[in-house]
Amino acid sequence: MEYDAIICFETHVELNTKTKLFCDCLVSYDAPPNSHICPVCTGQPGALPVLNKKAMEFAVKAGLALNCTINRISRFARKNYFYPDLPKGYQISQYESPFCENGHLEIIGDDGQKYSVWIKRIHLEEDAGKLVHSSDSLGASEFSLVDYNRSSVPLLEIVNDHENNPIRSITEARAYLEKLRQVLRYIEISECMLERGQFRCDVNISVRPKGSFQLGNRAEIKNMSSYKFIMDALEYEMKRQIDILESGGSVDQETRLFDEVKGITLPMRSKEDAPDYRYFPDPDLLEVQIDQELIDKIQKEMPELPDQQMKMIIRDFGIAKNDAIILTRDKAVSEYFRLCASLCEDKRRLANWIIKELFKLLKDDSSTIDRCMIIPDNFARLINLISSGEITESIGRTVLGEMFKTGKDPETIIEEKSLKIISDNKILKAILEEIIAKNPDAVNQIKAGESRPVDFLMGKVMKKTKGKADPKKIKKMILKILAD
Amino acid sequence: MDLCDKGLTQLADMLRKGETTSREITESALTRIDERDREINAFITVSRETALKQADQADRRFKKNKKVPLLNGIPIAVKDILCTKGIRTTCGSKILTNFIPTYNATAVDRVLRDGAVMIGKTNMDEFGMGSSTENSIAGPARNPDNIQYVAGGSSGGSAAAVAAGESILALGTDTGGSIRQPSAFCGVVGIKPTYGRVSRYGLISYASSLDQIGAIARSVEDCAILLNCICGHDRLDTTSVDIKKPDFLKSLNKDIKGLRIGLPEEYFIEGLDSRIRDRVLSAVGTLERNGAKIINISLPHTKHAISCYYLIATAEASSNLARYDGVKYGFRSEDDFSDLIMMYEKTRSEGFGSEVKRRIMLGTYVLSAGYYDAYYLKAQKVRSLIKRDFDNAFEKVDCIITPTSPCLPFKLGEKLDDPLQMYLVDIYTVSLNLSGLPGMNVRCEPAEGLPVGMQIIGRAFDEQTVLQVGNAYEQMTKR
Repeated sequence: MEYDAIICFETHVELNTKTKLFCDCLVSYDAPPNSHICPVCTGQPGALPVLNKKAMEFAVKAGLALNCTINRISRFARKNYFYPDLPKGYQISQYESPFCENGHLEIIGDDGQKYSVWIKRIHLEEDAGKLVHSSDSLGASEFSLVDYNRSSVPLLEIVNDHENNPIRSITEARAYLEKLRQVLRYIEISECMLERGQFRCDVNISVRPKGSFQLGNRAEIKNMSSYKFIMDALEYEMKRQIDILESGGSVDQETRLFDEVKGITLPMRSKEDAPDYRYFPDPDLLEVQIDQELIDKIQKEMPELPDQQMKMIIRDFGIAKNDAIILTRDKAVSEYFRLCASLCEDKRRLANWIIKELFKLLKDDSSTIDRCMIIPDNFARLINLISSGEITESIGRTVLGEMFKTGKDPETIIEEKSLKIISDNKILKAILEEIIAKNPDAVNQIKAGESRPVDFLMGKVMKKTKGKADPKKIKKMILKILAD
Repeated sequence: MDLCDKGLTQLADMLRKGETTSREITESALTRIDERDREINAFITVSRETALKQADQADRRFKKNKKVPLLNGIPIAVKDILCTKGIRTTCGSKILTNFIPTYNATAVDRVLRDGAVMIGKTNMDEFGMGSSTENSIAGPARNPDNIQYVAGGSSGGSAAAVAAGESILALGTDTGGSIRQPSAFCGVVGIKPTYGRVSRYGLISYASSLDQIGAIARSVEDCAILLNCICGHDRLDTTSVDIKKPDFLKSLNKDIKGLRIGLPEEYFIEGLDSRIRDRVLSAVGTLERNGAKIINISLPHTKHAISCYYLIATAEASSNLARYDGVKYGFRSEDDFSDLIMMYEKTRSEGFGSEVKRRIMLGTYVLSAGYYDAYYLKAQKVRSLIKRDFDNAFEKVDCIITPTSPCLPFKLGEKLDDPLQMYLVDIYTVSLNLSGLPGMNVRCEPAEGLPVGMQIIGRAFDEQTVLQVGNAYEQMTKR
């Protein structure tokens, strides 16, 4: 029997506000342990939370980008549980009336059609601190230590819905996460670096026979730190659940942990053991009222989202869809492309050079476009030099390599390395005649009607000129000399 | 009469005339503590050295400039529930016996900024949970008028210290009557301002939506001066209200002629000690003879106030007290424990007293899945009804007078075995915490040698009227 998956994510995104959610401590990832803490984020007796307005605005921004309804009146609630990384014994989160509800994110489904994945709610909450266990960095210490630098860093939780437009397959799951991350990076509320824990997910998955409308019992999987592990966990879990159903069993509703080493999921707690978090409205924080003016302002200042940029690139620059998708995957690339495009006639060549040449250089250097030394102005000029035939594509690659290393402009490099194309026909003719004279066999073959030796001769010319000749022109000249 | 028996106003005047110094006043209070506090046990910590240092600083300020705040050089006692930087703050609990805050509560900061001399930290029921100051790790506080009797609670130490001349002023906190009731028991003036009037920052939370810091002194005027200092918006407390604070001294002596005073029938029925009823009604008669209009009113939901209070307060407490887990500060069990849960269990079992544990368990139950709607949510609805009762009443009257406590101070241990009896002591005070309204205890004629108090209730953010009526009564009955 064939099965469909029903997949719902709870995605936690750390916001890149300057300060924490309820105090003035700086948000910092690399600081020494407990160097960004205060009475509020360490839960000292008598300390009280004060909402960071910026974080609230970021939540609204995410809600608008993900087509949500913004609740005009919203509340914080306490989620009560004990753990040493949770200094107050409760997490300030949202329960009833979160900031945003009922949105959707469009992806391309497995069938190639557009598909809107439903977003049930987006709420704002504080992150917990971090426990450091003896195995990590404390040597043989018998204690676990706790670092509260991360305590109370703002966290956005984005939740899907089982019953409304859930994700239907593992490939769609990946598409959803990538698109979500892309959008959040575009609106600049988080860097969403997975390896820094800025983008973390728990995932719920259930399976049902294809065509069935009944929801099966689901498992929630925690503890996955990369896309690969998320996909591995889903893969494993889907198979596990199908195996159970195939053998006539039933799937337990439970929480499971992913074991990264073994690549399997293991039971963590059953539904009966699910903790009672005793949510109730936090009496230390007032209801948050969000004015329509603020919503309008955030909407007005909303940067273009990836889909909008992609459409624009296709429409205004005549770029092929696949290239447009690649160019808009990352906001920095998209903006780089647009800056170059405004100074460049041949947009397709430009797109091609960014995707084929620049990406290769970045990849080999394990760098990113933000750190690239080539300013868009110079990149555009290089493309223009190639387009106008002043240098060949091959020289262009050499120049680009040099620009990448030094950040110099293309003209300087061409000048310094005398890479300019040889356009003086007398010089070219002299070189050609010399090569023809040295290669009588090739000449005879050409005269006998073979075409391959032409390329051979051209290669010789290019070598002699160090690539500074226009291949089309050389070919014409060779044929002309031989015909005379 | 020793210096420490005089009021703030009189001392401020003497200081300005150079007739005494802050050091003399402070030493006088410290001497009184030496003489009497072994019995009364109003203080958990006496900060003698810092107090004397602050007194000397205050005296230097006088030398430099006579125009200093009225509080300059005046001893003040601070309830041990308010964080004091560098000075141990126990909250009357074993779990915080070794806790030294790194910061001052906003209210403490404000009195120190005005030059007050912090003489020590006062005894209290653990985390403010109690009505007799018997639930304290430091042992019970006793009533200065008769040490066989309790001082009331939970701010019993603050009230007793002021009553005994161990301090001129005190800061207390009030979650269900904890300033007003001990003030009544000790025969001093104590006011709980409107919720939101004083920043709660640095007040160790018992029930966040009910807790409020207030003033205890020996006269209404002294209370007004202290309120002038501690009230006002604080950006560190979102629930502190950002409105202009009045000068509470300004309208203090306004005539009460024509002022409408409400007497709620539900507060004068069975369960009220007749001696208290007689004295409160006699005080009301005095006000009436001086021009106030007495109007009978009804606050029909009063009977639900105690149950409503114990659902909301315990629910919030169960969450507020979760942070005492032995991980970051305070007491951690020294017993062996094999895992984290065991450490939590032992630390919290040993660190909290029985009343605190009772309320944590009650509150945990109230918030539990399946009970939340029936208890917490219903209590919130009743809370709105209680609030509405007052809104309706205040359409007809300018303030309301009730007894502060249904009973006279009781003997130590008398109600300890019966929590319900103890809870009923707050029957006239909790409604104000539920509705956020200001209320003040003013002393009436004593009964059997024990103090009796009446409660004056005002509209939200109308402490002026409360103070005005209290002051008028004080002036009429000046001995």
